[in-house]
Amino acid sequence: MKILVCMKQVPQKDAPLKLNESGTWIREDVSYEVNEPDAYALEEALRQKEKHGGEVVVITSGPARAQQVLREALAKGADRAIHLEGDSFVGLDAFNTAKAFAASVKDENFDLVFTGLQSDDYGFAQTGVVLAELLGWSHATIIMQIEKNDTGIRVKRELEAGYFQFVDMPLPAVLTIQSGINKLRYATLIGIKQAKNKPMKKVSFDEVKGSLGDNLLKIEKLYIPLKTKKTEVIEGPPAEVAKKLVDRLRNEVHVL
Amino acid sequence: MADTILVVVEQREGKLNRVSWETLAGAQALAAETGWVLEAAVVGSGVGDVAAEVAAKKVSKVYDIESSKLEPYTPDGFVAALKSFIEEKKPKLVLMPHTYQVRDFVPKLATALHRSLISDAIGYKYEGGKLLFTRQMFQGKFVADVSFTGDAPYFATFQSGAYRGDKVEDGGASARVETVNVAIADGVIRNKPEAPFKEAKQAVDLTQAEIIVSVGRGIKEQKNIELAQQLATALGGEIAASRPICDSGWLPMDRQVGSSGQTVAPKLYLALGISGAIQHVVGMKGAHSIIAINKDSEAPIFEIADIAVVGNLFDIVPPLIEEVKKAKGT
Repeated sequence: MKILVCMKQVPQKDAPLKLNESGTWIREDVSYEVNEPDAYALEEALRQKEKHGGEVVVITSGPARAQQVLREALAKGADRAIHLEGDSFVGLDAFNTAKAFAASVKDENFDLVFTGLQSDDYGFAQTGVVLAELLGWSHATIIMQIEKNDTGIRVKRELEAGYFQFVDMPLPAVLTIQSGINKLRYATLIGIKQAKNKPMKKVSFDEVKGSLGDNLLKIEKLYIPLKTKKTEVIEGPPAEVAKKLVDRLRNEVHVL
Repeated sequence: MADTILVVVEQREGKLNRVSWETLAGAQALAAETGWVLEAAVVGSGVGDVAAEVAAKKVSKVYDIESSKLEPYTPDGFVAALKSFIEEKKPKLVLMPHTYQVRDFVPKLATALHRSLISDAIGYKYEGGKLLFTRQMFQGKFVADVSFTGDAPYFATFQSGAYRGDKVEDGGASARVETVNVAIADGVIRNKPEAPFKEAKQAVDLTQAEIIVSVGRGIKEQKNIELAQQLATALGGEIAASRPICDSGWLPMDRQVGSSGQTVAPKLYLALGISGAIQHVVGMKGAHSIIAINKDSEAPIFEIADIAVVGNLFDIVPPLIEEVKKAKGT
């Protein structure tokens, strides 16, 4: 199977984030990492390839720093990478990001496209499903298991409140992958070495611009949430903190 | 034609998903503020009862969008049905609850109509004729006011808990229900879903627990779970966790709290090393008291905590266990 994995670079989970001067986005001088669900999507693609043969291609969009995500994927076993490189990609909404991806892979015949189920920065949870519609493919979301069968694939969707569901679907298809579907592998030293010689195709913003439209969403303002709740902050040496907490548990929460 | 808000309520196997009331309550507030007409729709096969239930609320009209091909739910079927309906009715705004089902088909629906969706909003603002939706970003570290820049219809979904479902207003008399039979051509629906099932019997019903001690990534290693367990035992409560802990197999899946796990409302929710990502918070924000211990002073969990302890849980929990034991005389 020929599988495309859409990946995104996001700020590290515990990175302290600061607003930019216009209050519309964060300052870019933070540490980045791969969006966690995308790492699971890559792992699943590698496992499918190991089982059924084929090719795993990884794609991302963003400035030069985003290439790190592709390098890591190549080191883990992806065959080649596509980097939609440029600052202009950062401000695209899910609709346009999916359009840019669709435009840059239109001449390839993928059987499957995987994305993580959502990103840790925007958290829109849309790009994969939008891409499916643009490609005219079937899709399924929040996937916990994938098996190939005679007519296509059989996937396990996670529903709410502990429920699951199996769905049979034809190929080609887009799947959004849930974290925890598998156990992530680490890149090996030899993998890291080999990655240096694997193809990395670069696509500039100008090359896909013609396929994009205006953004349909605009972030007017980004800000720190206004607190609606009164929070008591308890500080001090651990022993004192423990005593104060027990006092609150007894006199305010009434559980002791 | 008057500007219309269309709320698409969710039904599963012919029963209304109660989270739909929250979206309807939000839509009622928005309708009152803007003067826009509020209508609702339900999509399915033989779901007239759900339509009638919604018609008792304060709405102008309810559409019962019917086809035998709409049961079971498929994204292809729901998009086909709603696309033609929305093209004909031209609502200004389409609102839905941000459920897994909605996540599965609404981005496709909006794309099919060359429109966009503001997903997972926690509220709206209507300022000087401009409609904004507020949503969390960066896992709740920030919130953003987001506007639509293109043409209507606009699509937005509300996060569970954004509005209070019990605040939804009843109508004076039942609204009119109009049945809309949609034709879905053969071959449109490609996916073949099977019936939903539960993996294993849930051994633990966290929804009944009065006290929950919950662990997140800050617990660092599997062997440290024991420390949290000791605190839970001392307090007479249950241990729970955020998703990554269960994904790693450190605690079983039935101990997971959040959108993909259980939704709890205990007297005390003690969060150890939990950052407070949205997916976790929706499962526990209804707790009466939330105590959070986290070394990151900017962790979003502190936004909803009643008591915040900024510090290393490994320093604080051991003396806390001792103090709790002392207090209980055990």
